[in-house]
Amino acid sequence: MRDRTLWTWHIGAGVVILVLLGLHMAIMHLDATLGIFGTEGAEPVEWESVVTRAQSLFFTVTYVLLLGAALYHGFYGLRNILLELNPGAGLRRTINVGLSLAGLALFAFGTWAALAAPGAATMAGG
Amino acid sequence: MTSRGHPNRLGIRGWVGGGRWGFERYLYTLHRLTGLGLLGYFAMHIFVTSARALGPESWEQAMGVVSGPLFRIGEYLVFAAFAFHAVNGIRLALIELGFAVGPPIEPVYPYATSVGRQRRLARAVVMIAAVVALWGGLDFFVLQ
Repeated sequence: MRDRTLWTWHIGAGVVILVLLGLHMAIMHLDATLGIFGTEGAEPVEWESVVTRAQSLFFTVTYVLLLGAALYHGFYGLRNILLELNPGAGLRRTINVGLSLAGLALFAFGTWAALAAPGAATMAGG
Repeated sequence: MTSRGHPNRLGIRGWVGGGRWGFERYLYTLHRLTGLGLLGYFAMHIFVTSARALGPESWEQAMGVVSGPLFRIGEYLVFAAFAFHAVNGIRLALIELGFAVGPPIEPVYPYATSVGRQRRLARAVVMIAAVVALWGGLDFFVLQ
């Protein structure tokens, strides 16, 4: 794929991250001042809060979307930094393949966790 | 992206200094450093938070491992890095898309450069990121 296309996706992913990670940061770390999405009753990292989010379709979908956008944005950024150091053709190919595989593996693992979490909550009586 | 015809002679050394570089060049360095830090944290975060898929005991165990004042400070640094990376990212996207560079003008001395026009935006980025980071500090350390 041409670099211009990949770069456009990089910027697009940045916009998605800005919205979704901004929301995630507000929920998880600005809870004392904002208290949004019911976090005013319990700490965002308490199991009850985790269950509430895991069983919400909105949170599951946006989590997977954020996961994909952030992994793409991050690994593409890392690729650019590494390729700027002018590696040889073989090393460049290794970087491209290695980072793509690492990104895909993390995406698969994170998606599994997001999809398995509601079941774990139900089994635990959540 | 490859740098065909313009090899990156300074390499990583060029991140910290390369002569008469302006304020934006150091925002570039900070953007890269915060980006790398966020990516490293994110990979770890995926593994830690996957404990929720194994039930409450695993979750509590994982949260026990990443608790304490040092992790709290580390989490805050991640928040501050996100604040800077996000706001500076908006600046970079605006410039990339042709906004905030001003209309073309006749080159009359003293020359009004594009960088000069962008300087106010760069200053605004630092100020907004600092305000968000301070807000986070209040939430992390004072109000909790």
